[in-house]
Amino acid sequence: MAENLFNRVWDLHKVKQLESGQDQLFIGLHLIHEVTSPQAFDMLRERGLKVLYPERTFATVDHIVPTASQERPFADALAEEMMQAIERNTAEHGIEFFGLSTDMQGIVHIIGPELGLTQPGMTIACGDSHTSTHGAFGSIGFGIGTSQIRDVLATQCMAISRPRVRKIDVRGSLSHGVYAKDIILKIIASLGVHGGIGYAYEYSGEAIRKLSMEERMTICNMSIEGGARVGYVSPDETTYEYMKGRRYAPAAEHFEHAKEYWNSIASPEDAEYDDVFELNAGELEPMVTWGINPGQAVGITERTPRVSKIDRDHREVAEKAYAHMGFREGDTIKGKPIDIAFLGSCTNARISDLREAAHYLQGKRVASSVRAFVVPGSKQVAKQAEAEGLPGIFTEAGFEWRAAGCSMCLAMNPDKLEGRQLCASSSNRNFIGRQGSPTGRTVLMSPTMVAAAAVNGSVVDIREHL
Amino acid sequence: MQEQHAAIQYVEGRGIPLRGNDIDTDQIIPARFMKRVTFEGLGEFAFYDHRYDTDGSPTKQHPLNDSRFRGGSILIVNSNFGCGSSREHAPQALARFGIRAVIGESFGEIFAGNCIAMGIPAISLPHHDIEQIMQAVEAEPATPITVYIRDEVLSIGEHRYHFDLSPAYRNALLSGAWDSTSAMLNNLEETKKTAQRLPYTRNFEPAGAQ
Ligand code: SF4
Repeated sequence: MAENLFNRVWDLHKVKQLESGQDQLFIGLHLIHEVTSPQAFDMLRERGLKVLYPERTFATVDHIVPTASQERPFADALAEEMMQAIERNTAEHGIEFFGLSTDMQGIVHIIGPELGLTQPGMTIACGDSHTSTHGAFGSIGFGIGTSQIRDVLATQCMAISRPRVRKIDVRGSLSHGVYAKDIILKIIASLGVHGGIGYAYEYSGEAIRKLSMEERMTICNMSIEGGARVGYVSPDETTYEYMKGRRYAPAAEHFEHAKEYWNSIASPEDAEYDDVFELNAGELEPMVTWGINPGQAVGITERTPRVSKIDRDHREVAEKAYAHMGFREGDTIKGKPIDIAFLGSCTNARISDLREAAHYLQGKRVASSVRAFVVPGSKQVAKQAEAEGLPGIFTEAGFEWRAAGCSMCLAMNPDKLEGRQLCASSSNRNFIGRQGSPTGRTVLMSPTMVAAAAVNGSVVDIREHL
Repeated sequence: MQEQHAAIQYVEGRGIPLRGNDIDTDQIIPARFMKRVTFEGLGEFAFYDHRYDTDGSPTKQHPLNDSRFRGGSILIVNSNFGCGSSREHAPQALARFGIRAVIGESFGEIFAGNCIAMGIPAISLPHHDIEQIMQAVEAEPATPITVYIRDEVLSIGEHRYHFDLSPAYRNALLSGAWDSTSAMLNNLEETKKTAQRLPYTRNFEPAGAQ
C-alpha cells in the first residue's frame, strides 16, 4: 500500500525526532498577523534570538483593522498599538509585510493562496486555527500558538507528534443551491466537533474533485471546527491552473519542474488511511446551524433535534444552545427573523463567494429590518470585485461595502453584534460571544444563503429563491 | 546548550471543577481582551463573560468566582475543552489566573499543544473518573490534589487515578525540555539540509543554477 500525501509531506519535512519523542518538522511557509505574533517577538528578544529564515515568513494585518475608516492612527488606541508592533517587528527582522498601504493586505488565509505563497507539498504554519485553509492546495497547514510562533521564527521548525489521517470521501455532485460550505457543515455535524481530534482530514472523491480551489478552501478552512487540526485536498490540474502566474508561484520556466514535485507528493489511488468516512454530496441540502458550535447544524428543511434524542454526552451543550439561541426543539431554522447579515471571513469572502451572492442580489433589496454588510477577504478580492462592478450591486441592494479584514467574524474591530441580535453569517464559528456581544446569536450558512436571508429578513431555503 | 526550564515532576494544589463540554477558547478569553501586545494581566479576563454579568457585576455561580474554590490551581473540566481558536491567550489567561494543570476528558488539539509549550500539564481521564474527582472537590474543596507526572497518577484524598501521557509530553515535562526552541536550535545543520532538499525553497530553480 502507498503512503498518502500527509505522510509523504511529513517525511520530507521531518528534520529529526526530538528527545521528547515529538518530530521536528521544517516549516516551508510561516504567516503571521498582528494578534498572536507580538508576544512571540518579545520572547525572541528576551532570549537574544534572531529570525532564522526571515524570507520564509510573511505578515499581514486582518483581525483588528477597522473596515469602515482605515485612517491612521486608528481611533482605537489599542488597535493602533498592535499595528505599530507588527510594523516594528517585521521591519526589525526583515520580514515582508503586506500592510494597509500595500494592495496585498487581507485575511491571512486569503492572501497566502492568492499571492501564490501557498503551494502544494509545503508545510505551513500560522498563529491562527484556520491555517487548515491552505490544505486546499495539498499543503499541510497547522494552526499554532504563540510559543510555537516563537519556535518557527527562531528555528523555522515546530515540534509536533504525527496525527493519524482520515479520508473523507465525498461522492456524487452537489445539487443547485448547495455549496462547499454545506459539505463541510454536514461533515462536522456527522462526525461531531470532537470527531477529528488527533486526525488530519484528506477530502477526496468525485464531489471534491469538481470543486474550484476557492470552494476547496472553504472546506479545508473549517476542518478545525470538526476538531481536525489539518485538512487537505490532494493537488490536481485544478490546483496547478490556479497557481499559474501568481506573484510568488514558481516562474513559468520552472513550472513543469514544480509540477513534478507536486505530483510526487499527491495521494495515489491506493493510498492507505487510518480511517475512512463517506458522504454523498447529491443527498445534501443547504445547511444552517441552530446552536453554539458548528457541529450543531441541520439541513434547512430538517427540524432541530430533541434534547432527549441527543447522545447523552452532548445533551448539556444542546440545552445550553437552546437556552442561548432562544430556539425550540423540533423547530426549523427556516423562517427565523435575522437582524444582521454578515458576508465575510476567511471561510467565504473570496471573489467567487462575492460573485455568487451579488448574482443573487441583482435587482433585490435588503429587508428594512436587516443591517447587511459585505467585507471582502482581501484588497485583491476587493479590487477584482470592483473591476466586475460588484460593489455597486451590493450597495444598491442595501449592503454596506467595506474594506478587507476579519471584521465581524470575531469582532476585534468596531463591527460587533449588539445585545441579542441574530446574525446570518458566512463565517465559521457560532460560539457564544464570538461576534462581539456576549448575548449575540450566530447562524452559519453559505454566502448565498446569507444574501437571501438579508433580502427576506429571515432564514430561507435558497433553492426556493434561485 | 539545552535551555533549562524548571522540570515539572508533579503539580499539587486544590481543584476547581468547571463543568461543561466543548468549552471553546472564545469562552476562556473573549477576543476583545486580546487587543494588547503582551499576555500580561490576562488572568483577570479568564472566562470574563461567564464570570461577569453584562453590567459588570460578578456572577456567583461561576466556579472561578466561587469563594470555596479560591486559590485552586488545578482546573477540572469535561470534554473537548479549549476547542476553537489557536490563541495561546487562553492557556496564558488560565496560567495567569493561577492554574498550573488542567485535568479533563479531552482537549482541543491546539490548546493542548499550547499547554505543553507553556509547561502546563493537560491530562486526560475518562468521564467516570472526572465525575468522581469533580464530586470530591465539590464536597470538600480543600482536598489536596497531586498530579504525579513520572508515575502518571493523580491522587485526591484516598483515591488514585492512573492517566496516560504521551511519552513525548511526559519526557518534556520531566526534563524541563517542554520549551522546544533550544532543542530544535541544536539541530541547525539538519534543519538546513532539510530546507535544501525541498525544491520549493529555491523556487524550483534547478540546483546550482542560482
Ligand atoms: S476571518 Fe475569522 S476565522 Fe478567519 S482568520 Fe479572521 S478571525 Fe480568524
